[in-house]
Amino acid sequence: MLSGNYMRVNGLSSGLQNAPELCTFNANRMNTEETMEDRLWDYIDGLSSSAEKSAVEALITANIEWQRKYKELLNVHQLMASSDLDAPSMRFTRNVMDEIARYQVAPATKTYINKNVIRGIGGFFLCVIVGLLAYVFGQVKWTSPGASSLKVPSVDLGGLDKIDYGRLFGSLPVTLFMLVVVVLGFGLLDLYLQRKKKQQTI
Amino acid sequence: MELTDTEIIKKVLAGEQALFAQLVQRYQSYVFTLVLRFTDNREDAEEISQDVFVKAYRSLADFRGDAKFSTWLYTIVRTSCITFLRKKRLNTTSLDNERINLQVESKESGFTANAIEQKSKHAMVNAAIRMLSPDDTQIITLFYKGEQSLDEIGRVMGLDPNTVKVKLHRARNRLKEKMEKHFSYAVRELYES
Repeated sequence: MLSGNYMRVNGLSSGLQNAPELCTFNANRMNTEETMEDRLWDYIDGLSSSAEKSAVEALITANIEWQRKYKELLNVHQLMASSDLDAPSMRFTRNVMDEIARYQVAPATKTYINKNVIRGIGGFFLCVIVGLLAYVFGQVKWTSPGASSLKVPSVDLGGLDKIDYGRLFGSLPVTLFMLVVVVLGFGLLDLYLQRKKKQQTI
Repeated sequence: MELTDTEIIKKVLAGEQALFAQLVQRYQSYVFTLVLRFTDNREDAEEISQDVFVKAYRSLADFRGDAKFSTWLYTIVRTSCITFLRKKRLNTTSLDNERINLQVESKESGFTANAIEQKSKHAMVNAAIRMLSPDDTQIITLFYKGEQSLDEIGRVMGLDPNTVKVKLHRARNRLKEKMEKHFSYAVRELYES
């Protein structure tokens, strides 16, 4: 409104000359209006601090613009608060009760997921990983750094080449480990598919 | 004396299945309104709402009671609606902002000034709410009808409470704009009253 009057009074040419100023003026005005609305919504919702509440109350009392906006927002707020909910059909409760009569309450998730089993599985994998690492590092030949103890010890990475990977992955413990991993993987896949099937039937 | 939600749930879990009807009666309009704002079709909304209560019944043992029952129920509403919309490929637009706007615009064109004059203020608000995007309508419905705090809304929508506050402010401003644009006659009366 203010910017509109400003344009009309000063004419088009002066308006164009002052275009950047007007843009800033309009942007500031929009920001001020947004801030005013935000502060008023907080005040209406009871989210303002006591100091902010007093400040907003003072502004509403003293400033006509604030008073008008407050009334406007309060009307919207009251309208929304008092609006009715949509109601389903009269037989809705009956239909739900008929439907749930066919079902039973499922046991709580936490009762059928035993944490000890999960910890056991986690522990098993941890032990296997630690065992494998120990075995691999046991195969590496660590060379002595020489006479001076201040030198950084060097690792003979060439030792890695000496590991017989064929024998390692063909050995019974590794084969068993792989077998367990595959079986566990299928188990998990089965659980996932069963849960998905259940969800579809609900 | 009226039983609280938690008391009813305990009794239902103990085997008194019939008491679940009290929970259904208590929350049926809340659930139906939320679902209706997702689907915008009464028949679908009724079907999904029924499904929501059946799922709620089946998973009742998982309700820990550390949040309101309505908050917990809303998580089922949300997942059920999304699943339903994906499955039926009906208005999947509710998850797509660009298409939402198109949908909203097409809805807007259906309202006439004469029809508006005949509507009550509440019907006007409901009609204006339906013009908003699903996210806006959910936040407004949860805040005003679900009586949820910003924290609770944030928890169920996976948002920070401050983000919820900003979204709520924006949703209400958009609602105000829609009312002023499409229901100007009633709004003018309202502001003057």
